[in-house]
Amino acid sequence: MKTFLILGAGTAGTMMANKLAHHLDQSEWRILIVDKDETHYYQPGFLFIPFGIYGPDDVRRAKRRYLPQGVEVIFSGIERIEPDAQRVILTRNSQVVYYDQLIIATGTRIVPEETPGLKDAGWRQNVFDFYTFDGAVALSKFLRRWPGGRVVVNVAEMPIKCPVAPLEFLFLAHAFFHERGMRDKVEIVYATPLPGAFTKPRTAAVMGDMLKDRGIHLESEFNISEVDNTRQVVSSYDGRELNYDLLVTIPVHMGSTAIQNSGIGDALHFVPTDKQSLQSKKWPNVWVIGDATNLPSSKAGSVAHFEADILIENVLRAIDGLPPSACFDGHANCFIESGFGKGFLIDFNYDTEPLPGKFPMPGVGPFDLLKESEANHWGKVMFRWMYWNLLLRGAELPFESQMSMVGKVR
Amino acid sequence: MSNKVIAGVPVQVNAEGFMTNPAEWTKDVAIEIAREEGLPELTDAHWKVIDFCRSTSEDGKSPTLRTITNGTGLTTKELFALFPKGPAKKVAKIAGLGKPEGCV
Ligand SMILES: Cc1cc2nc3c(=O)[nH]c(=O)nc-3n(C[C@H](O)[C@H](O)[C@H](O)COP(=O)(O)OP(=O)(O)OC[C@H]3O[C@@H](n4cnc5c(N)ncnc54)[C@H](O)[C@@H]3O)c2cc1C
Repeated sequence: MKTFLILGAGTAGTMMANKLAHHLDQSEWRILIVDKDETHYYQPGFLFIPFGIYGPDDVRRAKRRYLPQGVEVIFSGIERIEPDAQRVILTRNSQVVYYDQLIIATGTRIVPEETPGLKDAGWRQNVFDFYTFDGAVALSKFLRRWPGGRVVVNVAEMPIKCPVAPLEFLFLAHAFFHERGMRDKVEIVYATPLPGAFTKPRTAAVMGDMLKDRGIHLESEFNISEVDNTRQVVSSYDGRELNYDLLVTIPVHMGSTAIQNSGIGDALHFVPTDKQSLQSKKWPNVWVIGDATNLPSSKAGSVAHFEADILIENVLRAIDGLPPSACFDGHANCFIESGFGKGFLIDFNYDTEPLPGKFPMPGVGPFDLLKESEANHWGKVMFRWMYWNLLLRGAELPFESQMSMVGKVR
Repeated sequence: MSNKVIAGVPVQVNAEGFMTNPAEWTKDVAIEIAREEGLPELTDAHWKVIDFCRSTSEDGKSPTLRTITNGTGLTTKELFALFPKGPAKKVAKIAGLGKPEGCV
């Protein structure tokens, strides 16, 4: 028996477990997946929790439910990976697992400790994140009773997961305060290290206008150096200071502690990965998918989904002794919730920035690209259903894994 | 993509002004670009960072801020003092390298 080991049963690991169970001959291969957490969180739903749109139970399910029969599951922390010895050490009883093929899908985590002062007295008092389940739930309790004041939303450092989520948070916050009749009591500031509202120029321009229309102040090229919660001030390296009553932080993101302990990652503990084949740059029987990679693509569930289509092809080839042939193009597809029942859709890859036009989708589309519409909001709502029922189970979705120019206007 | 003459050397630059062929770079080119970027003088500390970026660059891309702080032992604060505003981007430009990847 040979062992196919998957590390991490989040979005990417779960999809790959389902695909492998479908394709591998189970008399020849044992498929094993490890995760420290028994609960699967629908992370895109964290965005809606602070505003009471989703409750805790809308975003969590037992992981086991989404893993197929025939896949062995170990719930344990992963201590470290030793690729030269083809083995992984788990935290539970220091168990050692040997593998023939390995997929690393350990995602990314937030590390607020990286910013001096961020985790001091104010943490979860008037300083919150919404990138974790606990953070989003704590913030929803806070917002229910907040009388208003100055809220600063800050991105500490790129890259972050789902780079549009901070913008969505701002739009939803604007709508939330407006609907509660208190928008005039709230000042909203967005402090980002980027030169504009987003990374890609055309989207940055459209989103910049959206912020302006909503009276949200953009503080660009703001590289946070520290937080002083006694004065309620965040400072940047170039000496700017921003006062806040409420600080919503998107902290520094890093790869898993398992990567850190193994010393196989880059400066942020993301794993050097071939951007086309998704093979590790160093070990041919190690593959990397999702947020754990160092690829210059967005860290998003949609990206992990497109990668999974490529990765399954390449690992099946490797098992047959063939070199990888399928190529990932960096395809990302993101609905951007903009509040009041509307949204945007952007579709892009390594080389093509998000463009306006139409996004065709059999049955339900087309959706407007880079333009606000009600249909895009429904697309986002529908995404949660697709996530639980199709995507995690490795089913085909009405999206092509390679980006297409059909409908796009340059 | 366009051609530009910097310090008497013809070089290729992209729309954002980053050089696209690291082999066209010389120290004089660096000094000239630094001036354009508002740095009238490059000290030893500047050169230490520039040299580090050139020696660790992959596929012509400059390393990220974190790779630079880890590799040179300088703090982020010191880097911002040496290359005000966006140090990673600024060093990349002066070192004749592409913008660090990961800004997506
Ligand atoms: C607020 C928010 C909004 C988002 N919105 C969107 C959106 O609209 N659209 C979209 O496409 N994406 C969105 N995303 C991003 C999306 O959720 C992630 O990109 C996706 O889940 C990545 O999948 P992954 O499998 O790589 O990582 P994850 O799903 O995070 O899985 C990693 C798994 O590895 C496990 N693990 C890590 N380290 C260890 C260890 N040492 N030991 C044991 N187990 C370990 C973790 O427990 C986890 O289960 C959003 C994310 C957030 C936070």
